[in-house]
Amino acid sequence: MKTSLLRIQAIVIKELLQLRRDRMTFGMVIMIPLVQLLLFAFAINTNVRDIPVGVVDHSQTSLSRVLQQTVAATGIVNFTRSYHSIKEAQAAIDSSEVRAVLIIPQDVSQRLVRHPSVGFGLPPSSKQETSRPIAQWLVDGSDTVIAGSIKSLRSMPLTELLDKPANRNTATFEVTLLYNPEQRSVVNIVPGLVAVILTMTMIMFTSAAIVREQERGNMEMLITTPLGSLELMIGKIFPYIFIGAIQVCIILGLGYWLFDVPFNGGFAQLALATLLFICASLVLGLVISTIAKNQLQSMQMTIFILLPSILLSGFMFPYEGMPLPTQYIAEALPATHFIRLIRGVVLRDVAVIEMSFDMLWLIAFTCFGLLVSALRFKKTLD
Amino acid sequence: MNDLNDGQEKNLNVGSPFAISAQKLTRKFSELTAVSALDLTVDKQTIYGFLGPNGSGKTTAIRLLTGLLIPTSGQVNVLGCHLPQEANKLRMKIGYMTQKFSLYEDLTVKENLQFISRIYGLTANQQKSRISELLSTHQLTQQSRQLAGSMSGGQKQRLALAAAVIHKPKLLFLDEPTSAVDPQNRREFWEQLFDLCDQGTTILVSTHYMDEAERCHKLAILENGIKRADDSPQNLMNNMPAQVVEVGASNIRQIKECLIKLPQVISAAQLGTHLRVLVNKEESNPIALLQRQPCLNDTAKLAIVRPSLEDVFVSCTGQGMTQ
Repeated sequence: MKTSLLRIQAIVIKELLQLRRDRMTFGMVIMIPLVQLLLFAFAINTNVRDIPVGVVDHSQTSLSRVLQQTVAATGIVNFTRSYHSIKEAQAAIDSSEVRAVLIIPQDVSQRLVRHPSVGFGLPPSSKQETSRPIAQWLVDGSDTVIAGSIKSLRSMPLTELLDKPANRNTATFEVTLLYNPEQRSVVNIVPGLVAVILTMTMIMFTSAAIVREQERGNMEMLITTPLGSLELMIGKIFPYIFIGAIQVCIILGLGYWLFDVPFNGGFAQLALATLLFICASLVLGLVISTIAKNQLQSMQMTIFILLPSILLSGFMFPYEGMPLPTQYIAEALPATHFIRLIRGVVLRDVAVIEMSFDMLWLIAFTCFGLLVSALRFKKTLD
Repeated sequence: MNDLNDGQEKNLNVGSPFAISAQKLTRKFSELTAVSALDLTVDKQTIYGFLGPNGSGKTTAIRLLTGLLIPTSGQVNVLGCHLPQEANKLRMKIGYMTQKFSLYEDLTVKENLQFISRIYGLTANQQKSRISELLSTHQLTQQSRQLAGSMSGGQKQRLALAAAVIHKPKLLFLDEPTSAVDPQNRREFWEQLFDLCDQGTTILVSTHYMDEAERCHKLAILENGIKRADDSPQNLMNNMPAQVVEVGASNIRQIKECLIKLPQVISAAQLGTHLRVLVNKEESNPIALLQRQPCLNDTAKLAIVRPSLEDVFVSCTGQGMTQ
């Protein structure tokens, strides 16, 4: 037992020394979370603003211009172009010049006056006429987020347009937004980024761990020593636990100072959740390392795991929106469980123990992975 | 049944003079047979050599004897450990210096030795004294803070030897240890080996250098995974199945072409101004036989000379080729 700890210690010290000499990797430990946090936290935004759109104004009245200004005032769209015909407008959408075009018909003032939302109700007219919309949007519907934003303009109030209170309907539901009342995406993204960055760096570090020893010829020496496979595996992942912890501190610290991401949970809870995830990711990397034949292969496999960890884990798209088979795949990824845990801890102040399923799953994954990699790593050259 | 066998084996090994004993040791890699029915006994406290060209199965044989490879068939007993079952038990007792430098090039000399000593479970105090002792015996004290990757071939080799003996193994395997080393370093290296042997270590070394092989107490000549001969270098030379005739003449190239065609001649090799001809031992008067050849004129000087190890090697492996 004592000699076993000594051997693990030997591997840990050796890994730290090698890491210290490998300036590039050492730099990446700090730079990856730093750059990615700044990049993604600023870039990823699900509230779309200033979509470039065009207008085809058949009416050419002051009313139609006021209508454009009212729409532009929402901030969702930005009128950048004006076209003479619908054909021209469609060509502009085809060529991605604009994402959508507002078509204002010639009789916009009559339509507006008769529109129920404006509420004049007079002069009486046929039902068909009153129900006609004021103008039409032609939208490039391929991007669902942009299409959704423009669709939200469909029943925008036109109060300012006529300087008259609109007869707004009472809402069916009252919605209270907890934890992120201002609906800032960054609040959701920063904790999720912890998962993505850790998945990337942790798996990358250890996936090369065993392969590198093989490629450099050190393995032939190691297997002639009394070093056990499990000792080697534990020694290999141990130093990276600290590196993972440093990265988490960078991400959450910057998230707090720069982006005002609230930090509601306890520090111990955060440390527990992160530790579980770091171990699971490192072990996943080790399993890859025992399968891959060279460092290139291990890198390819890392990316193979990384992509679903970004796309299916709930970091980008809600887990609930995925079909059942995909949900099963997502459940298999450590990142999915960690994203639930860290969002719970950081945003909602939930104790990790209350999310015991995710916690136990990460523990089970770590133990199973460690066992698989120790078994797969053979102490013979066969 | 098994217990009984184990008991017998242990009893045999307590008093056994052999560090290694192998019977009919065979290892196949799909089609290729790398080691074929190798019988081997290595006495304790001796230096035993594997001499053979590249691809003759030296490395595979060493890997089989260290438990790194599992034999296809055959029995191996190393220091009383039955392989491959007791490979783990054996690891504490043996040292292995690989053909390619296999320590960490991005660690310093001292860090490498510290790493290995921890792996072998040396305590902090033991580490300190053992490492400084090894650094001075292997003349690495000045380089102790240098990165292993930046050292010369000779220094790397001394470091590798120091690392392989850090736990004072009873048996040391060296796989072509001097292939990247100049002759001066090679001499010093062998001095170290004799010192180790003197202190009770059994050493098994593989090589393709004749001068190195000649230093071994006992030698096995390997070719294509088959052991061709096995004895002390002196006995090998004495019992060689050929006689060596040295021919001194002016037109050596032509003489060689003509002599090599004779069925009694095993090989002919030029050494400077002389031609070294190996003639089958059954030929009673080799000088007369050669002198009868038309390509030799009267000015040619012929003499029977003492065989060298290279002659042994050529005659052993040459036989294999003609058969």
